[in-house]
Amino acid sequence: MINNQNTKKLLLKGGRIIDPFSRKTFIGDLLVENGSISKIADSIPSRGKDYNIIDCEGLIVTHGFCDIHVHFREPGREDKENLESGSIAAIAGGFTQVCTMPNTDPVIDSPEHIHYIASKSKNLPVEIFPIGAVSKNLEGEHLTEMMLMKKNGAIAFTDDGMPIQNPQFMSLALRYAQMIDVPILNHSEDIYLRNDGVMNASKTSSNLGLKGNNSLAEAMMVYRDLLLATSLNARLHILHVSTKESVDLIKKFKSNDGLITSEVSPHHLYFSDEDIQEFNTNLKVGPPIRGKADRKKLIEGIKSGIIDCIATDHAPHTLEDKETTFNDAAFGLIGLESCFGAVNKVLVKNNGMSLKSLIEKLTVNPRKVMNIDRDLFEIGKKAQITILDPNQKWTFSNKDIYSKSSNSPFIGEEMIGKVKYVLSKSKFYTL
Amino acid sequence: MLKSKHLIGLENFPTSDLNKIIDTSFKFKEILEGSERKVNLLKDKTIVNMFFENSTRTKISFTLAQKRLGADSINFSSSTSSVKKGETLKDTIQNIDAMKIDGAVIRHGHPGSALKLTEYIDGAVINAGDGSHEHPTQAILDMVTLKEKFGKIKDLKVGIIGDILNSRVARSNIFALKKLGAEIVVCGPSTLLPSNAKNLGVNITYNIDEVLSWCDVVIGLRVQLERMHLGRIPSKREYHSEFGLTYERINKLKKDIVIMHPGPMNRGVEIDSKIADSENAVILDQVLNGVASRMSILYLLLADKSQKL
Repeated sequence: MINNQNTKKLLLKGGRIIDPFSRKTFIGDLLVENGSISKIADSIPSRGKDYNIIDCEGLIVTHGFCDIHVHFREPGREDKENLESGSIAAIAGGFTQVCTMPNTDPVIDSPEHIHYIASKSKNLPVEIFPIGAVSKNLEGEHLTEMMLMKKNGAIAFTDDGMPIQNPQFMSLALRYAQMIDVPILNHSEDIYLRNDGVMNASKTSSNLGLKGNNSLAEAMMVYRDLLLATSLNARLHILHVSTKESVDLIKKFKSNDGLITSEVSPHHLYFSDEDIQEFNTNLKVGPPIRGKADRKKLIEGIKSGIIDCIATDHAPHTLEDKETTFNDAAFGLIGLESCFGAVNKVLVKNNGMSLKSLIEKLTVNPRKVMNIDRDLFEIGKKAQITILDPNQKWTFSNKDIYSKSSNSPFIGEEMIGKVKYVLSKSKFYTL
Repeated sequence: MLKSKHLIGLENFPTSDLNKIIDTSFKFKEILEGSERKVNLLKDKTIVNMFFENSTRTKISFTLAQKRLGADSINFSSSTSSVKKGETLKDTIQNIDAMKIDGAVIRHGHPGSALKLTEYIDGAVINAGDGSHEHPTQAILDMVTLKEKFGKIKDLKVGIIGDILNSRVARSNIFALKKLGAEIVVCGPSTLLPSNAKNLGVNITYNIDEVLSWCDVVIGLRVQLERMHLGRIPSKREYHSEFGLTYERINKLKKDIVIMHPGPMNRGVEIDSKIADSENAVILDQVLNGVASRMSILYLLLADKSQKL
């Protein structure tokens, strides 16, 4: 990755400009001056040597992606990832904004912690929006100071990693968050039904002798959360939807008011539990990779708009956390760098989704969930631009990883579509 | 004297009775501020004060009102009674009633207990707080205080801040203020507002500064600290920062605002000491008006017709 190219006068020439906010698509030029969007037109002439011209012919010029679900492990496990290394991994995936999960050590459960993340993120390559914990120390008992946390920069609240098991507490959390107009993000899995399952409960888990996690554990809590949120008119975002039942339930409850939203992760769209034949620990993740029917339904769900957006759930782990038995391995996998190549292949190339629609799921839709500005190509805005080759075929390998960790199940997979350039915070990155 | 025989709650209490009690309270206030503070309008009347729940000001206020009116009063508190031995509410009350009493004041932790009492007792029943339901005498003394301060209650803009969900004071005040034509906005954490607040005919906001810049008078409610342990609010710090009647907030208002609080106060949580002790606060006026209002209530409910004020 090369960065620091001049963005004083940067002219992106001849690309297909897709603006998912205004829903306009055309071949044209985009001029960035001093890191801000200066002009967008069919043709912009360049005058003088000080123009840095990037030939974008055959490429897509669009909004920087936004990933609302990443684990950057700081503070506490900087050996796996930190805010800086995570940010660089995000750039490599075409992301210019990310929302970090609070299940660090210590947990991000106070205004002071939020302030720490916000201030440490200021000079990093991407914009980081910290998500605060719903409950103190993720224990599901005491609400955090959400109002003060929001004032310090918290964008939403979640106990991700720990399902909010107590429905009374969930109800209070939804009500409290509603007051400040932020969503509660739940990791929906009934812990009693999930039990100590390490993969999807299925024929495969049974053949492998691995303990199964019943897909209904997710669906039951999704149903509960939908009932609570709709009765309270509160904002609910369902994290990493993985089962067909959940998709049906969301479809039933979702209305046009935007209060109910959900996300799906690339690995749930790409893999099915039969891929775990050889105990590949990089496919051990919570919620688990599900069956083929679930995968099919998730693809339908994201295509039809039942599921709002794609979020990677980028979860770095050390080699020692993964180079062990399937039972002992940590849950989680990294996903920033491989995201576009994987979802473009599955959704656009293999399942007939339009590229424009996919771009929405990576740009305006996740920003809408979090109430982040979506009109990125407005003249004068600080530029956040991702430039893609939607057709390039390549094989994902270790050298494509910028994260401190390398626990990716995509290594060795053929990808279609590649991020070529990213412009973020006045810096232009060539990948 | 009044259409009502009891004072159980203000929701269905006749407005004419409410007005009569308020107006009469001012006469008793004059008496309390004079040199001859004792009147014998309830001579030969026996009143029992039944406090099943702790109380300082309400209990003293009632006892004092009874003494000033020359009534005989008996105090009963559950901690030193046969309730401790497992006696039912019905038995306790019927035994007391059998001793021939003219009126009963009851405070109990359960909503509906005052109404229940009217089934077992012949005399007048006055609710001194039944759980999270109503506290009508507190609301009446608040109305007296407002009328004293503003001359009228109609069209007054009143903000009520805090735990509306669990507050009997808030409920009774809302009913009284609505009857008398005031406008009300309630403000508090969403977890402490009733889901039917809209049905109460009040507006809701989560922004205290908005209420303060709008209202003529603000009623701060006590944060019951046990609510925090039940998880409804995260911390004293956040409550104070977002919903507290703080010095900074009140000071930056470019107007005078009247501040009320039913007590007991958590200084530093829902109200800053500087505010509670400021010129704007009428919290101690409320206390004296409490005695006058309760004299008015007892007199109008219990006095013989021949006893003219």
